Amino acid sequence: MTVPILSAKEVSRSFGPIQVLFDVDFDLRPGEVHALIGENGAGKSTMMKILGGYLAPSGGSLWLDGAAVSFADHRQAEAAGVIMIHQEFNLALQLTVEQNIFLGRELMRGPFLDHAAMQAESRRQLEALNCPLDPRLRISDISVPNRQMVEIARAMGRNARVLIMDEPTAVLTGRETEILLDQIDRLRASGTAILYTSHKLDEIARIADRITVLRDGHLVTNASAADLTPDQMAEAMVGRELSDLFPAKREGQAETVLEVENLTVPGHVRGASFTLRRGEVLGFAGLVGAGRTELMEGVVGLRKTTGTVRIMGKTLAPGSVLAACKAGLVYLTEDRKDKGLLLGKSLRENLTLLALDRFTNIRIDTAAEDRALTQAISDFDIRAGDRGMNAGNLSGGNQQKLLLAKTMLAEPDIVIIDEPTRGIDIGTKQQIYQFIRQLADSGKSVIVVSSELPEVIGIATRVVVMGRGFIAGELEGNAITETAILRLAMGTQDQEAAPA
Amino acid sequence: MTDASTSTPPRRMRLNFHVFGPLLAMVAVMVIGASLNLSFLSPENLTNVAARSAFIGIIAVGMTFVITAGGIDLSVGAMAAFVAGVMIMVMNALVPVMGAGVPLIMVGMATALLVGGAAGMLNGVLIAKVRIEAFIVTLGSMGIYRSLVTWLADGGTLSLDFTLRGVYRPVYYEGILGLSWPIIVFAIVAILGELAMRHTAYGRHCAAIGANEQVAVYSAVKVARVRMATYVVLGMLVGLATIMYVPRLGSASGNTGVLWELEAIAAVIIGGTVLKGGFGRVWGTVIGVLILSLIGNILNLASIVSPYLNGAIQGVIVILAVVLQRESKSAD
Repeated sequence: MTVPILSAKEVSRSFGPIQVLFDVDFDLRPGEVHALIGENGAGKSTMMKILGGYLAPSGGSLWLDGAAVSFADHRQAEAAGVIMIHQEFNLALQLTVEQNIFLGRELMRGPFLDHAAMQAESRRQLEALNCPLDPRLRISDISVPNRQMVEIARAMGRNARVLIMDEPTAVLTGRETEILLDQIDRLRASGTAILYTSHKLDEIARIADRITVLRDGHLVTNASAADLTPDQMAEAMVGRELSDLFPAKREGQAETVLEVENLTVPGHVRGASFTLRRGEVLGFAGLVGAGRTELMEGVVGLRKTTGTVRIMGKTLAPGSVLAACKAGLVYLTEDRKDKGLLLGKSLRENLTLLALDRFTNIRIDTAAEDRALTQAISDFDIRAGDRGMNAGNLSGGNQQKLLLAKTMLAEPDIVIIDEPTRGIDIGTKQQIYQFIRQLADSGKSVIVVSSELPEVIGIATRVVVMGRGFIAGELEGNAITETAILRLAMGTQDQEAAPA
Repeated sequence: MTDASTSTPPRRMRLNFHVFGPLLAMVAVMVIGASLNLSFLSPENLTNVAARSAFIGIIAVGMTFVITAGGIDLSVGAMAAFVAGVMIMVMNALVPVMGAGVPLIMVGMATALLVGGAAGMLNGVLIAKVRIEAFIVTLGSMGIYRSLVTWLADGGTLSLDFTLRGVYRPVYYEGILGLSWPIIVFAIVAILGELAMRHTAYGRHCAAIGANEQVAVYSAVKVARVRMATYVVLGMLVGLATIMYVPRLGSASGNTGVLWELEAIAAVIIGGTVLKGGFGRVWGTVIGVLILSLIGNILNLASIVSPYLNGAIQGVIVILAVVLQRESKSAD
């Protein structure tokens, strides 16, 4: 067995009085992908940050090439070849690809920047990653998976020996994920040690050599990937046997509550029509970029549209989120950090922001707000260390629950949930599927937009599939299968666009 | 002011400096003032300081909402001069028609509120509807108002009709219960502002927009309307401040209200409101205004430091306030 490049021995970490990591051992060997998995709040991020030099351990030690080290900050770790790629990228959006790759270590010729050399080198790095991007493009103009590649190119340019990847595929589609995994294979073959995290367990099974499972800050399993099935991983993470992930489906009622007719969102969607019945869970599937989010944002009035939206037969005034909310239609954004929650504000202020008029009689009734928070914490099982904490300090799953609670406080009849479980662990996922089921059972209607096919198939009784900017078709009951959805999503436009 | 501090809900120790910092600073300034000159703490001196700070104070309360919602308004000083100029011209023009009496003063006051509101509305529309950056819009309107008043005064001074001055004078120099009207109006504006910021949906919405406009949009907040309202209210408060200010000197010129905008912004920042928006507190702004006025007053009373250094000391205070508040933040 090869000697680890970087290892952690009995590492602990506390934040104030709360210990989040208990005596965890972890090592990273050259040419090996070591997956670190666990539920949200299990301590994965803390472990990664300790290894990457962003946090100091409260106890235990780090070893680099067989000698004890302590990184003063992440720059020291990077100098030692340990580089962490964050889930939220560390790229300057207004700079070019090349400027980002060389940020902080620009090549010089005399007192001036050597643009030609940096461009050539960037091009070479990106080509080595099988990502032929023009280095002169601005980051803001390239796609999210390409940004991921730029991050990796930047890390490789800094001679990374250890690469720590925090959920690199959370924002990628299936095909993009494949490309990334191929790149990781290549990095592994060239001797890089890789720490990999993801909530997608099939991906872990595909890429990892070894797997460490954390639960509540404790190491519960460390095994060769060949010895664990995805089911066993999930059980180790959750600590109990997972019964069926999805609750039993039930058909919606006959009454139509939402009718969207010939809705066009300029530049994104043209002529989309669909209906939603009471008590129904309607899935919206399609490739990333098909315009699902834009369509839904158009429906609730967040974007300019032409066409008609009718709720219970009444035409909805276009372009007003408030009108939609009052008519009982709400939308949960896929982007909870930038569009859903005020990360720097308290749970209470976040919870009541959408339905603030219910708590206001000239003055805001803070006591009522507090009661609503207590209710929401118990109804949605929001695990907050402290009621006074800011929303940004909640784990991703709990943020999603808070967003759900915030939206439900407006007492909507129709809920559109965009990517309900993005970046969320499997235990919380199951809870969210239960919530969605309960909503439908209580006579509300739900639209679930999701890029995860098993999710759409598992939760929806009817699925609308979108191609690029149009509705490609609809599937119901047993006809909802991965192949049927993919066939519609990728089908030729001419055939499918006509009926819309 | 002790009232404001006791009404804050109990918080953990680490937040204390962030919360009470401005208050402690004001106490420190007063202790220094008292030790340098015994007459500093006399009621006459303190009420005089409070009355003089009322103009900036009334404006700074409005500025708190603008900044909390992520905006800025550089035009308030020039706007005050313009409002004062228009108000004086309207009143002078109406003396032959209405006579120099209370009704004409009322007309003048209404004019000030109206012109201030309209000027604020102009800023607000350009910022919230046309979506031009607040800094640029108000930098532009600052130049416009400033040169308009200079032009109206033909480079000189617009003076209020002499008999009218006599009628109008009590609005600055008299009051009830030993407090002059500017102090009373400032206090009312501050209390209403504090209530609006802390206890109404409007205040909550301002903070939400300043913290993250996208989230506010997605949460069905009427972002454009709330943002525009912050500028209209600020404009009307500029009008109100002018109403208090005109009887003091009875004139307006191109030099009226110079640098008021920076003093108002400085007061807001000293009070703990975050310059890039998302968090604001009106009581802090009130203390910020008082600290700035007290420093000027101390320099005038005591002879150790030249009053010419007033601006330098105020500058140090502003920077120090932000540094201290940042440190207390990063500690948590």
